[in-house]
Amino acid sequence: MIDFELEPQVVSRLRMYHAVAENMMRPISREYDEREHEDPWQFFETMWQAQSLNDVGPAARSTGGESQAGPKLRNLNTVITTEELCWGDVGLFLATPNSGLGGAAVMAAGTPEQKARFLKRFGEGKPKWGAMAITEPACGSDSAAVTTSATRDGDDWLINGTKIFCTAGHRAVDKSEGFVVVWATVDKSAGRAGIKPFVVEHGTPGMQVTRLEQKLGIRASDTAAIIFDNCRVPASNLLGSAEVKQEGGFKDVMATFDATRPIVAAMAIGVGRAALDFVRNFLKEQNVAVRYGISPRRLGVVERDFMEMEVQLQAARLLTWRAAWMMDMGQRNNLEASMAKAKAGLVVTQITQKAVELLGPLGYSRKLLVEKWMRDAKINDIFEGTQQINMLIVARRILGYGNKELN
Amino acid sequence: MVDFQLSEEQQMIRDTIGAFARDEIRPAARLADESGKILPELTEKIWQLGLVRGAIPETYGGDGGERSAVTGAVVAEELGYGDLSIGLHALAPRLLAYPVLEMGTAEQKAAYLKRFTAPTFVPATAALMEPRWDFDLTELVTGARPEGSAFVLNGHKCVVPLAAEAEAILVYAKNGSGSGFEGVDAFVVTRDNPGLKINEREQNMGLKGLATYEIALDQCRVSADARLGADKGIDFSRLMSEARVAFSAMAVGVMRAAFDYARDYAKERKAFGVPIATKQAIAFMLADMAIEIDSARLLMWEAAARLDKGHDALRESYLAKNYVAASALRVTDNAVQVLGGHGYIREHPVEMWLRNARAMTALDGVATV
Repeated sequence: MIDFELEPQVVSRLRMYHAVAENMMRPISREYDEREHEDPWQFFETMWQAQSLNDVGPAARSTGGESQAGPKLRNLNTVITTEELCWGDVGLFLATPNSGLGGAAVMAAGTPEQKARFLKRFGEGKPKWGAMAITEPACGSDSAAVTTSATRDGDDWLINGTKIFCTAGHRAVDKSEGFVVVWATVDKSAGRAGIKPFVVEHGTPGMQVTRLEQKLGIRASDTAAIIFDNCRVPASNLLGSAEVKQEGGFKDVMATFDATRPIVAAMAIGVGRAALDFVRNFLKEQNVAVRYGISPRRLGVVERDFMEMEVQLQAARLLTWRAAWMMDMGQRNNLEASMAKAKAGLVVTQITQKAVELLGPLGYSRKLLVEKWMRDAKINDIFEGTQQINMLIVARRILGYGNKELN
Repeated sequence: MVDFQLSEEQQMIRDTIGAFARDEIRPAARLADESGKILPELTEKIWQLGLVRGAIPETYGGDGGERSAVTGAVVAEELGYGDLSIGLHALAPRLLAYPVLEMGTAEQKAAYLKRFTAPTFVPATAALMEPRWDFDLTELVTGARPEGSAFVLNGHKCVVPLAAEAEAILVYAKNGSGSGFEGVDAFVVTRDNPGLKINEREQNMGLKGLATYEIALDQCRVSADARLGADKGIDFSRLMSEARVAFSAMAVGVMRAAFDYARDYAKERKAFGVPIATKQAIAFMLADMAIEIDSARLLMWEAAARLDKGHDALRESYLAKNYVAASALRVTDNAVQVLGGHGYIREHPVEMWLRNARAMTALDGVATV
């Protein structure tokens, strides 16, 4: 039965997340945009303490706790709470201490013993971060081309290579007792099948964060370059099986993406809604009416723009909810996750740019957060699969093509 | 609870109507477009599906089926997938029957609904749009003036489907002082009314299989019981929300038709030794079309689901309709583009779908759930 209305108890639970976004994130939003690479420890501590609030983002998947919205729709619950927090600040959301993408990789590829061993820390002690390192200087979207290698040495693996664009990498390995999941090839001749995930613990010799990127937006989130130089990790840190099969291995990366793309789409939607809400309130203050129901030919330019922002955001939101809901139903959502990510990444980029435009010089000024949202929004059209990679996936799926026919 | 799945019954309806649209309606679409006529045999065949009779209560001889905007949208999408002209033609009687069913008095229901349970097609329609560039549902010019216990209607209407053959037309007119959606009433005008003049059939760029007319109401006198809902009047905003959902659903069907056709063509057609679908320039257009279709359908379903819950859906249906109007153009235009020169010639249906999709942005309220 088609129904896109959240249940009252879900809505009231969302208010709690909204309060966090409004009262804890918004007040420091500008500050940690300006003070790139600094750590809002008070915010981190508070978020870490609030265990129930850790039940969002990839962390929800990795800690294995049941959400109050009911286990049946837990992925849907994750995307709606993600939207709410990213309405507050998407950079701070990404910086929030939790198991992150590293945890998602452990959940997707690890054995039950590994899940318990690596994820236990996120429910206790001081704030910690989990990170994932896949991108390299010479390969981004083509993640099957990674050159970082892992060679067997007795009971250990020796990892060598350079990883970049590792979200929360610095906080995971230098500022907390976290870890980074590194994707490295154990057999170059095996192509994709030879790429395996390794958990590298904080403080492991041979692993060094060499720089932090200076970015357009999401400046509260650290983006690290990490060099692995004969970095020794125990064999038990290889997630899943070391065996190089024809199928598997790299497929686990893809499984991770099917789960995380709707979340990134929801992050985008949170930023877009921040801009939309701001413009709505602004128009109200300026006594500019938005007249639903009249002939579209009689709409003013501003109300037409506003309605376009509004409906595009809702289209992206419904696609995103669907992708998450399908996971909750145990359905494969590869196509739908990419549709949601492609749509949300693009329209939120456009929505936030339009918000800057509609507000004129006010929109361009750093006195308001609107220009920041425009900068923050753009990353959602890039990471976890660029707009183009997601379109490629959609295209392959609707055409029934593999990567040989359409590349 | 949030749910993205149609009920089993709705899936069954979708499959049944979808198969009919594919096997019976689609093959008749080009002929209807070229000749301007829909074969009576086809009209009767669709009538047999019970799409109008279905929701009429058993008291009046109907099937007493549950009326749902979502189910209506599912049916409308499949009909639109077959052909927009034929779909609109088939559902035109609903333009009169459904507002009566939903907002008519007991006497009006008794007077009109039974007629729509007849075994053969019953032509009926509604007159809403007016021949002005700035036509606006919220500012109708056609007016109703009370005169004693009767009403006198004056004004011009356009894009009235099946007006020439309709037994009765539901005419929307301004009545009283309310502004916007308030103060609009609907009056049943039978074809024998001397104040009703049906002009020549309109010639449109698309929807050519659907016969539409401009009509004139000149001192058109109707009795008090012709006013739908009697003294209570109608909930015009809700009726228009329902109409927008239905029309949007049909357009989603057109988008899907164009997408399917372009996709299949692109996988067959070779250039430089390979199917053109293997080129990103084409594949990405198709991907964009697929995303737009799903976006449009979800927005339209959201408005429909709100209506089924009894919520107001003015904003949702309006935004959905405007979204669908824009994306239907984009998708059908891209379909023509994927076929290139072949998309421009009338041997393929995509040019027809582009012309039909254009109706979405030009017309308002010519369909009802």
